[in-house]
Amino acid sequence: MTTFDPYAPSRDTTEGKVFSVTGGDWDALVQDIGATKEERVVVNMGPQHPSTHGVLRLVLELEGETITEARAGIGYLHTGIEKNMEYRNWTQGTTFVTRMDYLGPLHNETAYCLAIEKLLGITDDVPERASVIRVMMMELNRISSHMVALGTGALELGAISPMFFAFRERETVLEIFEMITGLRMNMAYIRPGGVQQDLPEGALTKIRDGVKLMRKNFKENATLLIGNSIWMKRTQGIGYLDLAGCTTLGITGPVLRSTGMPWDLRKVQPYCGYENYNFDVVTADTCDVYGRFLIRMNELEQSLRIIEQCVDKLEKLKGAPVMVADKKIAWPAQLAMGGDGLGNSLDHIRQIMGTSMESLIHHFKLVTEGFHVPAGQVYVAIESPRGELGASVVSDGGTRPYRVHFREPSFNNLQATAAMSEGGMVADIIGAVASIDPVMGGVDR
Amino acid sequence: MTDGMFGAKGTGDTSGYGGLVRKASTAGSSERPYGSYFDDVADDLERAYPEFSDAIERVVVDRGEITLHVKREKLVEVALILRDSLKFEMCMGVNGVHYPDQTGRELHAVYPLLSMTKNQRIRLEVSVADGDAHIPSLVEVWAGNNWHERETFDMFGIIFDGHPGLTRILMPDDWEGHPQRKDYALGGIAVEYKGATTPPPSERRSYK
Amino acid sequence: MGLEEKIPSGFLLTTVEKLAGYMRKNSLWPATFGLACCAIEMMAVGSAAKYDIARFGSEVFRASPRQADLMIVAGRVSNKMAPVLRQIYDQMSAPKWVLAMGACASSGGMFNNYAIVQGVDHIVPVDIYLPGCPPRPEMLLDAIIKLQEQINDTKLGANRAQIIKEVELAAMNAKPTHEMKGLLA
Ligand code: SF4
Repeated sequence: MTTFDPYAPSRDTTEGKVFSVTGGDWDALVQDIGATKEERVVVNMGPQHPSTHGVLRLVLELEGETITEARAGIGYLHTGIEKNMEYRNWTQGTTFVTRMDYLGPLHNETAYCLAIEKLLGITDDVPERASVIRVMMMELNRISSHMVALGTGALELGAISPMFFAFRERETVLEIFEMITGLRMNMAYIRPGGVQQDLPEGALTKIRDGVKLMRKNFKENATLLIGNSIWMKRTQGIGYLDLAGCTTLGITGPVLRSTGMPWDLRKVQPYCGYENYNFDVVTADTCDVYGRFLIRMNELEQSLRIIEQCVDKLEKLKGAPVMVADKKIAWPAQLAMGGDGLGNSLDHIRQIMGTSMESLIHHFKLVTEGFHVPAGQVYVAIESPRGELGASVVSDGGTRPYRVHFREPSFNNLQATAAMSEGGMVADIIGAVASIDPVMGGVDR
Repeated sequence: MTDGMFGAKGTGDTSGYGGLVRKASTAGSSERPYGSYFDDVADDLERAYPEFSDAIERVVVDRGEITLHVKREKLVEVALILRDSLKFEMCMGVNGVHYPDQTGRELHAVYPLLSMTKNQRIRLEVSVADGDAHIPSLVEVWAGNNWHERETFDMFGIIFDGHPGLTRILMPDDWEGHPQRKDYALGGIAVEYKGATTPPPSERRSYK
Repeated sequence: MGLEEKIPSGFLLTTVEKLAGYMRKNSLWPATFGLACCAIEMMAVGSAAKYDIARFGSEVFRASPRQADLMIVAGRVSNKMAPVLRQIYDQMSAPKWVLAMGACASSGGMFNNYAIVQGVDHIVPVDIYLPGCPPRPEMLLDAIIKLQEQINDTKLGANRAQIIKEVELAAMNAKPTHEMKGLLA
């Protein structure tokens, strides 16, 4: 053992010998380390790292290849959305919440709008067609979100092809979104009281075709992964977390369902009329990464089932309103296709500008000021692709939110990283984090 | 208290942005029967916890949700009983709300609870004074509250006593202030357009 | 006349500048720098067969900044992320380019608040701004092509120093935005 190495000076601390390595003679260094009993290395992964979902930072303490301690560092994407919303009116808030968890924008919007509707006391006045459209859009969104989860999850475990297939499927969904809302992501389509506009001509046909196509393609995708021995070996028995662990950590969504607990808010605490649809809650009993991915794959089929039922319902409800009747809340727009794209219909503008001063004032007030929401506090939870998404909304009676807080499933579930990966191999933490499917936009907000 | 748009006092506000003098309501406590399963929850809690009337300041039932306002000294006791006897296995985190004009109880911490066994939800609320923003931590009761409490500390400056590592979580470690409090400006910078400069949102006349 | 006629067939003459530009242009390797929503669209450009960035020589998303030439800042940059971003930029070896993807990276977007850096150009020099929230994948491809054209025409050596000087001078003398008059254009 060398007495002093200028490239790797060591000092004794209460936790043993600590080396600061600056380069130099490798052999001498190895000799030096070999002399101590413990071999602990602290590794920092991220916040910009290919195998982490977004800007997540993992600090791992390793003993050889084994993780003895894992810490997640978050906040690198904190956007101040909750605070920003306090400076905008209630309707504008949808534009903000949609950018929180950017893989499930429609779920964020729905949770937020349901909370406002509960505060306004108009939950039962939302027209049926609007609710059906919401459900349909949310299920489409669940597919696109799960596609990213499966694709990037597989990519992070070393399989590239599933990513290509997954994004191909996602494109199918995004095309539908674009046709209906005008945007592929962040659409702010679901508004307090209903949805922004009715479905365009031909949307239902496109959805039907899309569902058929996806049903076929999902099989391809599943065969790529299930049965692939590398993927199976890297997922089975990895990232174990049982029911007790899930409850104490407050974990919901596919991670909870992978313990065999059939807890799905769509079934147990239905919202938006989910009680009227036939679908199964998918569970697994493996408590591991494999089970969670399997659940996501099987949920795709359930989502397709719901979408089909929605399309049937929408065909029957053709022409029904998609916004509450109360003109004090409903956004004053009659959208129509013009020469320069979609906008307020000229007839509508002519009417409010030319014939009625009151409607002009009303229009102006509602757009600039927004509607008042009676004071109170509510918590509304829905089942997002990642688990329970809760919107805690406080109103002071004004036209802007007093406080909005989102209980994000990604934020909460990411806490399980340590429980899932400590004691395991360093390579397995990638699978464990991927199976939680955290979306950093949701985690940090 | 700020004046309204163009210096108007009182409710001269027409735009909603005109510097509303905003007062968040404190709904009074509700009377029995609460309706729904809330009576059962209250009864069960009273039975399981003899100090009920001492620990629970008031019970508010509003819009189909029940809120128990708990004294902070009793919070951990109540939480344990809710978890063990009343089967509220999950706590959906905590979020802060800042009411600057409720003197002596400016900071509120709100805990939504969920019982998967009974399929019920309730909410606990604790309020503390700004100068003495200490609340006992519930991490021992529901481990999942760890990050939520850190976030609430980060954003509101509520100190959760007994938390295993109460540090900032979303903001950088050396950040000053607690951004989501009402007395913390939204921030942002002025935006330059051709021929004009728009001040940052929180300094615009309409937002004051 | 000239040199071209004297050399045997099968040879092409060009300047070093053009050759370097041509080579740099067609092997832009982006660093994976996904931050927020825009990153998902960036991933779509990389992996969805419909867009296929490989057609433009940029399919090799490098995880290590040292092997990357192009940093696509896809998403909002928070105050906490800013030092990290700068460090990664510094780790990239020259020549390097920065593409600010989306409204947030370009100007802070809709988040003019305490948390977000109002445009990534406060931290690193930006070569091309891409508007949109999020920009469509086609728009990202378009931005990359525009950047490639710019790279193709990059001057070397003394010429480059001269151009940099001119650009800097022009920027110093430019009228501040808020003093400009007339329509927004
Ligand atoms: S520009 Fe829009 S899509 Fe891109 S990161 Fe910002 S909010 Fe997200």
